[in-house]
Amino acid sequence: MWEQIRSNQVRSAILVAAMGILMLAIGFGLGYAFGNGIAGLVIALVVWAIMNLIAYFQGDSILLSMSRAIKIGPDDHPRLYNVVEEMKISSGLPKMPDVYIIDDPALNAFATGRDPNKASVAITSGLLEKLNRDELEGVIGHEVSHIKNRDVLLMTICSVLLGTIVILAWYGSRALIFSGGSRRSSKGGGQGQLIILAVAIILMILAPIMAQLIYFAISRKREYLADASSALYTRYPEGLASALEKLGASTSQLKSANQATAPMYIVNPFRPKGRAATDLTSTHPPLSERIRILRAMAGGASYADYDKAYQQVHKGGAGVMPAAALAAAGAVGLRAAAPEAALKEPEPSRLERTREVGDLLWQKSGYKFIDCECGTRLKVPSNIGRATVKCPHCGRTHPV
Amino acid sequence: MPVWAWVIIGIVVVLILWFFLIFNGLVRLRNQVKNAWAQIDVQLKRRHDLIPNLVQTVQGYMQYERATLEAVTKARNIAQQTIGQGPAAQAKAEGELSGALTRLLAVVERYPDLKANQNFLALQEQLTSTENKISFSRQFYNDSVFNYNNKIQMVPSNVVASMTGFKQGEFFKVEEAAEREVPKVSFEQPKP
Repeated sequence: MWEQIRSNQVRSAILVAAMGILMLAIGFGLGYAFGNGIAGLVIALVVWAIMNLIAYFQGDSILLSMSRAIKIGPDDHPRLYNVVEEMKISSGLPKMPDVYIIDDPALNAFATGRDPNKASVAITSGLLEKLNRDELEGVIGHEVSHIKNRDVLLMTICSVLLGTIVILAWYGSRALIFSGGSRRSSKGGGQGQLIILAVAIILMILAPIMAQLIYFAISRKREYLADASSALYTRYPEGLASALEKLGASTSQLKSANQATAPMYIVNPFRPKGRAATDLTSTHPPLSERIRILRAMAGGASYADYDKAYQQVHKGGAGVMPAAALAAAGAVGLRAAAPEAALKEPEPSRLERTREVGDLLWQKSGYKFIDCECGTRLKVPSNIGRATVKCPHCGRTHPV
Repeated sequence: MPVWAWVIIGIVVVLILWFFLIFNGLVRLRNQVKNAWAQIDVQLKRRHDLIPNLVQTVQGYMQYERATLEAVTKARNIAQQTIGQGPAAQAKAEGELSGALTRLLAVVERYPDLKANQNFLALQEQLTSTENKISFSRQFYNDSVFNYNNKIQMVPSNVVASMTGFKQGEFFKVEEAAEREVPKVSFEQPKP
């Protein structure tokens, strides 16, 4: 697995470097158009450094608080917490990630945290209600592998670069349009000056688009890798495949997501409705394709098996896994629907799962539960301001 | 000094650095294998700790299943004693504990009251998860051994490994451990 991460690091580093050069070029071009290339370069670097500092130290807490995620412990939702811990063990993460629930009916999940020692996994309440244990394991396996492969750090670096480029291009192009002309005439520059100006303007327009395309390319590769890792950790690709199917069937969009945070989620939170033309400009590969690849993994759960399935779905052509990952992959068997099938607990039904998650969210927002003898469960807010409460069903009074 | 001497010194320095790099990589992988093995014990111990609680919860409901409950407690005590007595003995004892637990949970099916007990349901989730954690920690152990052995056998790290005495890791085999043995569950009616 080490090999695999390293070979990916090299490839990703090249793409990140390309974005970095793009950013420096735009800074320099902008400065040059105003008469001082180095000053532009310095401005670009300063903007980039400030954004980096914010993203590095505050990125995960910004993302989590923006999503209004609620942190849970082992007793709040034992099944979810246990599944995260199981995936932590099978991926060999050094430390248990924090577990969060987002109170949102949309179906999604994401991972965040700049390194494996300080990471979090978050899942929406809608998704948690919908998935059974095997599916949940597949989704969490996917998220944990984003942490393990350091995708979160990579995507943070990329989105900071992208953001810097977009900011520079936005302000730069406005500044050029409104003040460039007067400057040029006062200096009385020749034709060379004009050409440079034209190049700068074209750069302002193209750079954000190019940066975005690179960003999408990195993100899509990472999604395939995370799917493959999830299959490897769970030894059960069908779990993730069936979870993705449920995710694809949903149409509700996550309210708290934005373009920059999109790659962190298991499915693109801004899904265009089933259009293949958007493939190039999406952070995620199409869901149907990801499902087909996972289902085509008949032989085993290794990276090599995923690669073979990928080629099968794409009718030949190059695979998607890095060569080093394939070289190091041995035969990895699949497992049956549940590990240690004899000890499988009865699966809670959809209704029970919904109640479970609902109760947890009530509890986390300060509500108190009182079980009435008639079987009703009263949910009392913390600021009720009364000493007793009456059961609406049978009329018994309970002390709060 | 002539130029060729500098070149030779340079090559030697690079070789030494490269040697250290590979050596450190091997040490890291070996430590990962050791740590993965220790993790299996952590999970097994967790299962041992769950059992007294489980037996206590179940006892009140199942007066007629004393033999099954005693078998679980006994298997757990034996398994606890075999910690540190080598993988083979440990695997056998843990296999027996798994079997006893499976029998107990099969018997539970006859007690609907128990199955509705919140305490029991919570314990069952913990048990299921602990079983998963045990098998996932074994899986990770084997993955770690696989990576480590690969490194030891492959060029060029095999040169460093043989020079510094790295030995291949041993896989955990479930077949040997009698874990795959399907425990026998009898479906006789409980005697009144």
